[in-house]
Amino acid sequence: MPQYFPPNVNAFVRWSILGGGAFLVALLIALPIYARTVNNAVGVPVEQPIAFAHNLHVTQLGIDCRYCHSTVEVAASANVPSSHVCMTCHSQIRLGAPQLEALWLSWEQDLPIRWNRVHDMPGFAYFDHSAHLTNGVGCSTCHGRVDQMAGMWKTEPMTMGWCMECHRAPERFLRPRSEVFNMAYQPPSDQLTLGRELVVAYDVNTNKLIQCSTCHR
Amino acid sequence: MRAKRAPVLLRLAAVVAAGGLLLAGCGRNMAEQPRVEPLQESSLLPGRSGSLTPPEGTVSRQRGGIDPVFFTGQRDGALVTELPVELTLGLLQRGQERYDIYCAACHGYVGDGDGMIVRRGFPRPASFHEQRLQDASVGYIFNAATNGFGRMFAYADRVPAEDRWAIAAYVKALQLSQHAHADDLPAEVRRSLELERSAERASR
Ligand code: HEC
Ligand code: HEC
Ligand code: HEC
Ligand code: HEC
Ligand code: HEC
Ligand code: HEC
Repeated sequence: MPQYFPPNVNAFVRWSILGGGAFLVALLIALPIYARTVNNAVGVPVEQPIAFAHNLHVTQLGIDCRYCHSTVEVAASANVPSSHVCMTCHSQIRLGAPQLEALWLSWEQDLPIRWNRVHDMPGFAYFDHSAHLTNGVGCSTCHGRVDQMAGMWKTEPMTMGWCMECHRAPERFLRPRSEVFNMAYQPPSDQLTLGRELVVAYDVNTNKLIQCSTCHR
Repeated sequence: MRAKRAPVLLRLAAVVAAGGLLLAGCGRNMAEQPRVEPLQESSLLPGRSGSLTPPEGTVSRQRGGIDPVFFTGQRDGALVTELPVELTLGLLQRGQERYDIYCAACHGYVGDGDGMIVRRGFPRPASFHEQRLQDASVGYIFNAATNGFGRMFAYADRVPAEDRWAIAAYVKALQLSQHAHADDLPAEVRRSLELERSAERASR
């Protein structure tokens, strides 16, 4: 039987196995790093069907977050307002404005506006707004100065590492419940003293906060 | 020579199989699970939200069942004049907070109908301090918040019945506050008011 391959193919095969293995290992390291850093879109505004401006509605018009995100205090989801909510004002205001085209369409056809998600937990991680608000975590700690944003983007990476930074030591971030909706809140200079008091006062379960099953349930 | 080549191929196959298995783990099928999350599109009704509206006539099980006075503000077709909940300081404080969130944008923080949205072109509602509305019952305020009033939309979708009663009670309190007489105040409050006033006079 003739030899189909010259002997040096052996070396080639060995090297390509080694190279392939190294490539796989590099890929397995690089992909998660990419997924958790470059890919988490901090500071990148998300395109929306209507150029809704929080700074106009919240700061100039003085509308409270809860007028639109009505379930944020009582449920896991904060809720994004239906067209009915926009129409409580826009049934009279800026009628026929081309910027609001998608709103009129949605209202006439009785179909929801398709907002693009900005923050989105993967299905295997559980998040609950009400649990955070009732324990003194303010909107601006996680979402930044929404009241100054003309568009909408993430100000925090929302990775597990980021969640854990607070869950390991919540006293560094807690504020009084009455300040949760205050977007301009500045922590006092003795935040740790206040934070430790609040952990006790709100009965924050610090053991639960670092257990895998709290978020992966 | 030949005896050696087979194990190399075998090892190659093993590496490819293992790599394939590892790469299979890179899928996002655990991130996109086959359940409908809040705000996600319904899998049954394309184009609609997964959070469906309950069918018309659905009865709320809040407060353990059906209490028409509590949910409609009406008894035998007439608007009630008495609060169906207990009037406490807590209720008024809750009412103030909810009024400031849901009503003040148009009706103004003091109820005079001069809210920011009105200044930007929304039709101006009547001031709550007009005689007609001073005389209106607590059920009248509740009914407007529940079913809407003219060009004002209903708020029952976002403000639960408990909170609408709290708001109605607060609006009645707001009306009192604008027409309160110093003599109606408790003695200590009146004294501190007088002290304040004389301090003001002294500083002039
Ligand atoms: C007038 C209604 C309105 C008010 C008031 C309002 N929002 Fe929003 N909010 C929206 C709408 C509509 C969207 C979806 C469009 C977008 O992402 O820009 C949104 C989106 C968001 C998002 C991103 C949601 C996502 O997709 O992940 C955050 C965070 C948010 N709002 C926070 C706030 C905070 C904090 C306040 C109060 C300071 C507030 N909003 C007040 C209407 C409102
Ligand atoms: C509480 C009243 C209120 C609500 C609720 C409200 N808006 Fe507005 N919005 C206003 C007012 C008032 C203006 C006009 C400000 C001005 O220019 O005078 C405005 C302006 C706008 C503009 C700018 C229009 C332009 O001419 O450039 C957009 C876009 C807009 N709103 C979208 C929305 C959307 C989408 C919603 C629902 C999530 C919403 N608004 C809910 C009061 C409201
Ligand atoms: C502890 C951090 C944290 C705080 C505090 C927080 N959020 Fe969020 N928010 C998130 C995360 C994480 C998501 C993504 C949730 C998901 O995908 O299920 C989110 C999503 C949202 C959304 C999109 C709709 C939804 O619920 O998925 C809105 C709107 C929103 N937040 C508004 C608010 C408002 C308003 C406040 C303050 C009252 C607030 N958030 C406080 C972390 C936070
Ligand atoms: C700034 C601080 C802070 C950040 C950031 C934060 N959390 Fe929390 N989290 C808390 C506190 C405080 C509690 C309340 C603990 C308790 O109930 O005793 C909590 C509770 C929870 C709970 C338990 C809710 C329940 O119903 O038992 C979950 C789940 C959770 N957090 C998920 C997350 C996730 C996911 C993130 C990241 C996207 C996150 N948290 C970011 C402070 C934080
Ligand atoms: C505070 C909430 C929280 C706790 C506690 C938590 N995780 Fe996570 N975890 C998350 C979030 C949010 C993500 C998704 C974001 C990301 O990939 O960083 C995640 C992602 C992961 C992933 C990556 C999955 C993938 O395919 O990207 C693994 C693995 C994981 N967690 C394991 C654990 C283990 C093990 C523990 C216990 C030691 C734990 N988690 C505790 C919130 C949490
Ligand atoms: C978007 C602006 C707006 C908001 C927000 C709003 N209202 Fe109104 N309201 C109006 C207008 C305008 C009228 C007058 C409607 C008409 O005459 O067509 C009105 C009328 C009323 C009336 C009847 C007054 C009369 O003349 O008999 C009551 C009571 C009332 N509103 C209560 C409330 C309560 C309670 C809330 C909060 C849950 C609220 N409104 C929120 C705009 C608003």
